[in-house]
Amino acid sequence: MEKTLKKYFLIFTLPTLIAFSFAFIIPFIQGIYLSFCEFTTVKNAEFVGLANYKLAFSEGQGFLYSLGFTTLFTLISVVSINLLAFTLALFLTRKMKGTNVYRTIFFMPNLIGGIVLGYTWQQMINAILYQFETTLVADAKYGFWGLIILMNWQMIGYMMIIYIAGLQNVPTELIEAAKIDGATSWQTLLKVKLPMVMSSVTICVFLTLSNSFKLFDQNKALTNGAPMNKTRMLALNIYDTFYGKTGYEGVGQAKAVIFFLIVAVIALGQLSLTRRREVEH
Amino acid sequence: MIQSKQVKRTNAIIYVVLTIVAMVVLYPLFFILINSFKGKFFISRDPFSIPSGETFVGVDNYINGLTKTGLLSAIGWSFFITIVSVALLILFTGMTAYYLARIKNKWTNGLYYMFVFSMIVPFQMVMFTMSSLADTFHLKNPIGMCILYLGFGAGLSVFMFAGFVKSVPIEIEEAAMIDGCNPLQTFFKVVFPIMKPTAITVAILNAMWIWNDFLLPYLVIGISTRYKTIPVVVQMLVGSNGNKDLGALMAMLVLSIIPIIIFYLTCQKYIIEGVVAGAVKG
Repeated sequence: MEKTLKKYFLIFTLPTLIAFSFAFIIPFIQGIYLSFCEFTTVKNAEFVGLANYKLAFSEGQGFLYSLGFTTLFTLISVVSINLLAFTLALFLTRKMKGTNVYRTIFFMPNLIGGIVLGYTWQQMINAILYQFETTLVADAKYGFWGLIILMNWQMIGYMMIIYIAGLQNVPTELIEAAKIDGATSWQTLLKVKLPMVMSSVTICVFLTLSNSFKLFDQNKALTNGAPMNKTRMLALNIYDTFYGKTGYEGVGQAKAVIFFLIVAVIALGQLSLTRRREVEH
Repeated sequence: MIQSKQVKRTNAIIYVVLTIVAMVVLYPLFFILINSFKGKFFISRDPFSIPSGETFVGVDNYINGLTKTGLLSAIGWSFFITIVSVALLILFTGMTAYYLARIKNKWTNGLYYMFVFSMIVPFQMVMFTMSSLADTFHLKNPIGMCILYLGFGAGLSVFMFAGFVKSVPIEIEEAAMIDGCNPLQTFFKVVFPIMKPTAITVAILNAMWIWNDFLLPYLVIGISTRYKTIPVVVQMLVGSNGNKDLGALMAMLVLSIIPIIIFYLTCQKYIIEGVVAGAVKG
C-alpha cells in the first residue's frame, strides 16, 4: 500500500503545501532575515546586523515597558481566570438541576471576537466611568483593569468547560471512598479531585498564559494603548512599530522575533511539563 | 438527614452565585442591545436605562449604521471567507495529514514537525512579510484570503487529523486497495468518512477563529476595498471618525454578535465538544 500511496505525494499534499508556504514558511524565513536589515518594503532590505535589536530595547520604543505591562497582565489573568473557572466548574459538577443553562451562558462570550467585544466593553466601562466624570483613557489603571475584566469575561467559560470535562473523569468511587474514610469536602477537593485534574490544570494555565501574552484585538479595541501608550501590550507595540511611522519596519521585525522566542519558550515549557506527567503515569 | 438539609442550603447559595455570575456575563450584551435603540445623545447621558419615550428611536441606529458602514456586505464576505476557508482546510489538510501519517520517512516527518511548529509562531512574526507576499502574488481578495487561511490553519488542522489517522487501523485501507481502489478512492471512500468527528472539531475551531479574525483581513484586504469582513468594518466605524455615532456603533455591535449567537445555540453540543478536544490536543 505504501508504494502506491507514495506516488500520490503531490496530489495529497501540494495544495496545502503551497498555501502553507505563502502563509507561513516563506514569510517566516524572510521575517528572520529582515530582522537584521533596514527596510521599508521587502525588496529594499539592507543588512545592518544587530542594529534593530539594539534599537528595539532603546528607551523611546517602550518595548520593555510593554513587556512588563504584558507580563503583569498575564500573571493576574492566569491566576484569576483559572481560580474562577475552576470554582464554577466545581459548582456545575454537583449534579444540580439546570446547570446546563449556566454552562451555555458562561461559555458564550468565548465565541465573540476580540474587536467586537473590545468595543462592547469600551462602551460599557466608559458608561460606568462617566458617572464619576472620567473615561477609560484618563488613567492607565482603568485600561489595565479593563483588560483584565474583559479577558476574564471572555476566557472563564472556556476554561470552565475544560475543567468540567476533567472533573467528570474523576471516578466517583474515588470520591465516595474518600467520604467513607471521613474526608471533609475540602479535603476531598484538595487531595482527590485536584490531583486527578492536574492535566486539565496544565492545559488551562498554558492556554490562558499564551492567549493573554499574545493578546492583540482586545487591546487594540479597548484602549489602543491610551493614555500615552501606557496600556500598550507587546503585540500592539510591534504592530505600531511596523505601521506607525516608516523607517522602523526592521525594528518591528526584530521585536517580532523576540516576541516569537518568548512565546516559543512558553510553549516548550508546556510540552516538557506534559511529557513529564505522561512519564509519571 | 441533617446532611441533606445542609446540602440543600449549599445548593441554594450556589444557585444564587451562579445566577449573579450569569447576569454579569450577559449584562454587556444586554447593555449594547438596549442602547442600540436609543438616540445617540441619550447613550452617553443615560446609558443604563431601558429606552422609552423620547430616548427610544426604533431601528434608526440600525438603518444609520448599515448605510454608513456596509455591514451587510461585510457579513456576506465574512460568511463567504469562513465557509470556503473551512471547506478547503477540511479537504486539503485532511489529505495532507493522511499522507504524512501513513508514509513514514524523514521528509514527511520534517514536514509534520514544520506544521506543528507553525502553531506556536505568533502572527506578528509573519504579518509584514506575509502581507507583502500576498501583494506580490495578488492574494488581496477573498479567494486569496481563503488560500492564506488554508496556510495559517494548516498547522492545527494537520496536527489534529494526523493524530486521528494514526489511531485508525491500516487494515481497512489495505482491504480497499486490494479491492482495486487507488489511494484517492481509498481516502475519500474509506478514510474520510471515519474522520468525520475530527473534521467537525477542525471545522468548528477554524470557523470560530476565521470568523472573528481581525488583523489578517485588515492587513491583507485593507479598508479601502469592498471585501471588508465584520471585524474590519467595526474597527473602521470606531477608528476612522473622531465624532463617533454611538448609536450606530451599538447597533452594529449587536448585528455582529447575532450570527455567532445563532450559530452557538444551534450547534452548541458540537462547539463545546470541539473546543474541549481542540484544547486537549493542541
